[in-house]
Amino acid sequence: MARVAVLKGGTSLERQVSLRSGARVEDALERLGHDVVPIDAGADLIERLRAASPDAAFVALHGRDGEDGTVQELLEILDIPYTGSGVLACVRSIDKVLTKHLLVEARIPTPEFFAFSETAFKQLGAADTLPAIEERLDFPIVVKPASGGSALGIKFARTAEDVPGCLVSAFAYDQKVLLERHVSGRDLAVSVVEGRDEPLALPVVEAVPREEDFYDFEARYEIGRTDFVCPAELDEDHTARARALAVGVYKLLGFYGFGRVDLMLEDSTGELQVLEANAIPGLTETSLLPQAAEAAGIDFDSLVGRILELALERGRPAARV
Amino acid sequence: MSRPRSTKRDLERYAGLFAARTREMKSSAMRDMMAITQRPEVISLAGGLPETGSFPPESFAAAAQRIAAESCARALQYGPTEGLDEVKVCITEVMAAEDMPVDLDDMIVTTGGQQVIDLVTKTLIDPGDVIVAEGPTYPGAVPTFSSYQAHVVHIDVDSDGMRVELMEDVLDQLERDGRRTKFVYTVPSFQNPAGVTMSLERRRKLVEIANRRELLVLEDNPYGLLRYEGAPLPTLRALDGGVYVMYLGTFSKILSPGIRLGWIVAPPPVLEKVNLGKQAADLCTSTLTQLMVRAFFDQGIWRDYVDSLNEIHRCRRDAMLDALAEFFPPQAEWTRPAGGLFVWVTLPDFIDTTDLLARALRDNVAFVPGEGAFLDGRGRSSMRLNFSGSDEDTIREGVRRIGEVVAEQVALYGTLTGEDRPPAPKRAPSPPKEEPEAGGETGARVLPMRRRAG
Repeated sequence: MARVAVLKGGTSLERQVSLRSGARVEDALERLGHDVVPIDAGADLIERLRAASPDAAFVALHGRDGEDGTVQELLEILDIPYTGSGVLACVRSIDKVLTKHLLVEARIPTPEFFAFSETAFKQLGAADTLPAIEERLDFPIVVKPASGGSALGIKFARTAEDVPGCLVSAFAYDQKVLLERHVSGRDLAVSVVEGRDEPLALPVVEAVPREEDFYDFEARYEIGRTDFVCPAELDEDHTARARALAVGVYKLLGFYGFGRVDLMLEDSTGELQVLEANAIPGLTETSLLPQAAEAAGIDFDSLVGRILELALERGRPAARV
Repeated sequence: MSRPRSTKRDLERYAGLFAARTREMKSSAMRDMMAITQRPEVISLAGGLPETGSFPPESFAAAAQRIAAESCARALQYGPTEGLDEVKVCITEVMAAEDMPVDLDDMIVTTGGQQVIDLVTKTLIDPGDVIVAEGPTYPGAVPTFSSYQAHVVHIDVDSDGMRVELMEDVLDQLERDGRRTKFVYTVPSFQNPAGVTMSLERRRKLVEIANRRELLVLEDNPYGLLRYEGAPLPTLRALDGGVYVMYLGTFSKILSPGIRLGWIVAPPPVLEKVNLGKQAADLCTSTLTQLMVRAFFDQGIWRDYVDSLNEIHRCRRDAMLDALAEFFPPQAEWTRPAGGLFVWVTLPDFIDTTDLLARALRDNVAFVPGEGAFLDGRGRSSMRLNFSGSDEDTIREGVRRIGEVVAEQVALYGTLTGEDRPPAPKRAPSPPKEEPEAGGETGARVLPMRRRAG
């Protein structure tokens, strides 16, 4: 039995989702016989962590602070073992631009893209490059903030006139945004859990939205709004390829413990394209990772138990230096 | 014993059992963001909170004391579904203050005004039936209408409230489309969220249309007594005499939303069904809070209390209007409410206020994005600001912060489109601009980009 601080909530836009992930993790940890200390990550986080003096922290935070390496850095300083990826992997994956550059370098397919910082537009006249970009990417173009999950701030520009408004919206979430070629096809996710020796890709999940033409924030977290098919109905080749790509991305970004890679199977080419990777994928009832684990015969409690075990195995940050 | 674990099979089982209507009961990114607005460091101009800080605690204590001494057992007991006569007498007093005589038998006490919206919709709407409402409409009515699978048709508002002159065409068109319109939902005075008030001429016209077409109207009037300037207008109920107008009243804004007490006055056949619906929903409204209201009214100070609230609210409204004029860019337009709790601001159409909220929250300030006030995807460039729930300094600072992020987005858009140029001179605050008619683009995440004249 271990004393486990479950870090949840926080101040990111994904606070509600994180609270739900956290609550579910707490239940699982309690069923496994652990001593659970729930902590809503706020201004007193350090104080509460010190007071709790846990054997490990289960990081059930999503988005800013929780998934971008901030909290991980603090846990390193406090020398508390924690679940999931370390600081560097978080930094790499929270930033879709950085992730995509790494993918390109590693020759992992990802939709063509162009990234901009706000200052590029404000101070360097980047707006003049938009026509060229629009020509290269074809419409519709996906415009998204570099960070953040849950599809917040993601827009489709259907014409050149849409682009400035979409950029304004995306910049509401981050100072860096990307314009990406729109891939029309099937929406897939492959979760990866650390096996005994190697990272193990779980069965592929396909998300099929029931109504919206886009797998949006609402559909993503509500029971009954999206149909999830797991394992996805793909031929063997595509299944194997999707899982191999996911493990490749997991390794490339330096993930630890668990993670999720989102892909598109493009209708026109039949090719798989990696969109992004999540260091702390959702653990709610409607989240993809728990569903994939379930399909692989790993129930939620075992999954949570395994993630915690990996954190304890990795041990105290100071001992790793 | 520990709770059973949730598995994928469970998940599918639950999803498979959900009623079709739950598909319409949508959560939203906005709702999740609202969770963050509750953080103490956030200035929230988002809520619809009336001022409660000035309620005299001794008055509360005296009321509670009297209940404990005189009617403790009764306060703890069930009551009649339609409500206690004692509180109905208070309701007649409140309605008399707006020139509406009413019999005790013609009303049902409800658990807040919200329950009236729910019960009326439950009573009248089959899936697909039409409710005609203002555009924007009360955001709190949206989930109610959705959960009964109503088809809501919005009629635009201007500074004189709902544009009733458009209604006949809309109703005719609906008839031609084979749709059944059941009732018109309106907040005629100091509308939530737009802050506008329906003119007398339009009130008369609406009542006339309702009578001629035998159409019910739900008049939602939480703010009628919260007037800060100008002469009161007759309510729809007063004009119609209660033949086609169902009237919704509430103690929430004149006393306290925490006591959850509202009421409906409606034609007897409607009231009977509403009564059955209420019985099914909650048997009766809290006896305790009904007796609290009675005891408070017996103190004879409720009008004074409303007057004191109005004084506070008026100052706060003025602070908000001043701050908007000072801090919002010239491209913004807003309403100038003569009462109520809200100002409705409309920004250039390239600004999506849900995304703007995400940005504003980084500066610890919140508002309600306009999309929550429409069921057809409009409202994305508008926002609702509440002025009753914060003091003047807080309002000023909140508006300043929002103005800053709006200005930032306006400037960025100018840079992106090459339309960067010095701002036009400030316009006087004006009624909300008319939203484009709902077309093929509605509901899309991308706003159509109309170039705006400077």
